[in-house]
Amino acid sequence: MKPDVVMEAKGLVKRYGQVTALDGADFELRAGEILAVIGDNGAGKSSLIKALSGAVVPDAGEIRLDGKPVHFRSPIDARREGIETVYQELAVAPAMTIAENLFLGRELTRFGAIGRLLRILDKKRMLQQSVERMNELKVGIRSMTQAVETLSGGQRQCVAVSRAAAFARHVVIMDEPTAALGVKEGNMVLELIRRVRDKGLPVILISHNMPHVFEIADRIHIARLGKRAAVVNPRKISMSDTVAVMTGAMRPEDIPAECLAA
Amino acid sequence: MSSSASPTLAPSGATQAMNAHAFRLPSLVQLGPFIALLLACAFFGTQADHFWSLQNFSLIAQQVMVVGVIAIGQTLIILTAGIDLSCGMVMALGGIVMTKFTMQLGLPPLAAVLAGLGVTTGFGLLNGLLVTRIKLPAFIVTLGTMNIAFAITQLYSESQTITGLPESLTALGNTFGIGDTQIGWGVLLMLGLYLVVWLALRDTAPGRHVYAVGNNAEAARLTGISTQRVLLAVYALAGLLYGVAALLSVARTGVGDPNAGQTENLDSITAVVLGGTSLFGGRGVLLGSLVGALIVGVFRNGLTLMGVSSVYQILITGILVILAVATDQLSRKGGR
Repeated sequence: MKPDVVMEAKGLVKRYGQVTALDGADFELRAGEILAVIGDNGAGKSSLIKALSGAVVPDAGEIRLDGKPVHFRSPIDARREGIETVYQELAVAPAMTIAENLFLGRELTRFGAIGRLLRILDKKRMLQQSVERMNELKVGIRSMTQAVETLSGGQRQCVAVSRAAAFARHVVIMDEPTAALGVKEGNMVLELIRRVRDKGLPVILISHNMPHVFEIADRIHIARLGKRAAVVNPRKISMSDTVAVMTGAMRPEDIPAECLAA
Repeated sequence: MSSSASPTLAPSGATQAMNAHAFRLPSLVQLGPFIALLLACAFFGTQADHFWSLQNFSLIAQQVMVVGVIAIGQTLIILTAGIDLSCGMVMALGGIVMTKFTMQLGLPPLAAVLAGLGVTTGFGLLNGLLVTRIKLPAFIVTLGTMNIAFAITQLYSESQTITGLPESLTALGNTFGIGDTQIGWGVLLMLGLYLVVWLALRDTAPGRHVYAVGNNAEAARLTGISTQRVLLAVYALAGLLYGVAALLSVARTGVGDPNAGQTENLDSITAVVLGGTSLFGGRGVLLGSLVGALIVGVFRNGLTLMGVSSVYQILITGILVILAVATDQLSRKGGR
């Protein structure tokens, strides 16, 4: 039985002048999984993610979302299709409240048509929904009306992750979400990413942090030389073998069959 | 599973302490301007006999209305982490267009006023385009347009004051009496504008986007807000407000003055900063700028009543700005 594929890409090509960043890369994300994407610098990892999130337009190849071909020309296009991205740098407005940050750019309005025209905020409803969303993800909160700058770095990233999870209908892409955080704070965010998956949203996690990848990924996509080198099972393969494939020290063909992800 | 920390937002010990700190500071920052205004009033009350009178306060309000309206536009721009050095000169140009179009081209005053508003809005739009499209710093852009607007004003007016204006152009300078107190129509217009823009900033999505762009432009862009459109709208709206200020200035002085706006240029920045809006963008309350404008007005009025020469007034407003910016800077640092 073939598992449900949520997002799929075939033969993606992206060239920047003489440099070929993506050289026929394939990609597959399944329902309810955390798929880690790893790769050395220049392996085409970030170009792949940018193509999937709409930040770059591939020169060739096709991307399918729920089986239907999609053509993203900007991250806004991808967002409209229910793909949300969390970035490494804390993409929040520090002086604004948690509730305001959650709904930034997607504010709810009140007073019907006039309210929509003037875009009058429905602060009460946004506050209420913020509390609900944060409770759903078991993010303990004291007050949604406190400024984000009163939170620690990990807590701020939790706000960004919750925002993505709240609005994503298909996929959440996390680009190095723990890179700027300390150990304890990073674990806090990992735990939240797990809850996002358990809620039913598939997660694409880009990370350089191998222990983090091995801790939470269900499958690991290894990018190398603009292609997908292999997809491995973190419960079977060792971390050192994974790094060896990533750096080219081990050929993908030499990976023991049981270490490949089904 | 692993013993990873739970993603709780309940503040830890350290953040709690920071929380309490952060909670106290904004309230102090917000109350600061009011306290400063009251202290200034108290001081001048002891120094000048006629300071505490309704007539004098009515006079201060009328003296403040022009810089008060400019300060609304200036606040919008400073909230986006920009600054506008051209505001006073753009206002002067708007005033000259309104008066000269009426007196020389013989346009109906309403059409001349609309033309003036169009010119100031156009200058705002030009500032906005240079800031967003060519990505020049607002400081440099508006330093340039300040000089351009000044030069055009002098050339077009041939440095001549335009007099003999019809009553309809100066109507906003009129007052109406409640008891013994005279209230200016222009002052009412200024208060109305403050109310509308304050509410828009507080309760509408575009208003919050202004704060978001000033707070973290990249984060705003990533959430799908068109930061360029927000900035363009802010600069254009500021230009429109300078046009309104031009009309108020013409109404108050009764002439089209090519040398108007010279003090208002920097006084508006002083008012915004005294009112607690951060020059780093994203923080501040518009009504603070009204209080800031009143502080500037009270100082100028009180010092005049005390017989202090205008050079000392400039000296004191200079010191005021530095004090206000220093307070802003120190309170932000302390909050971190």
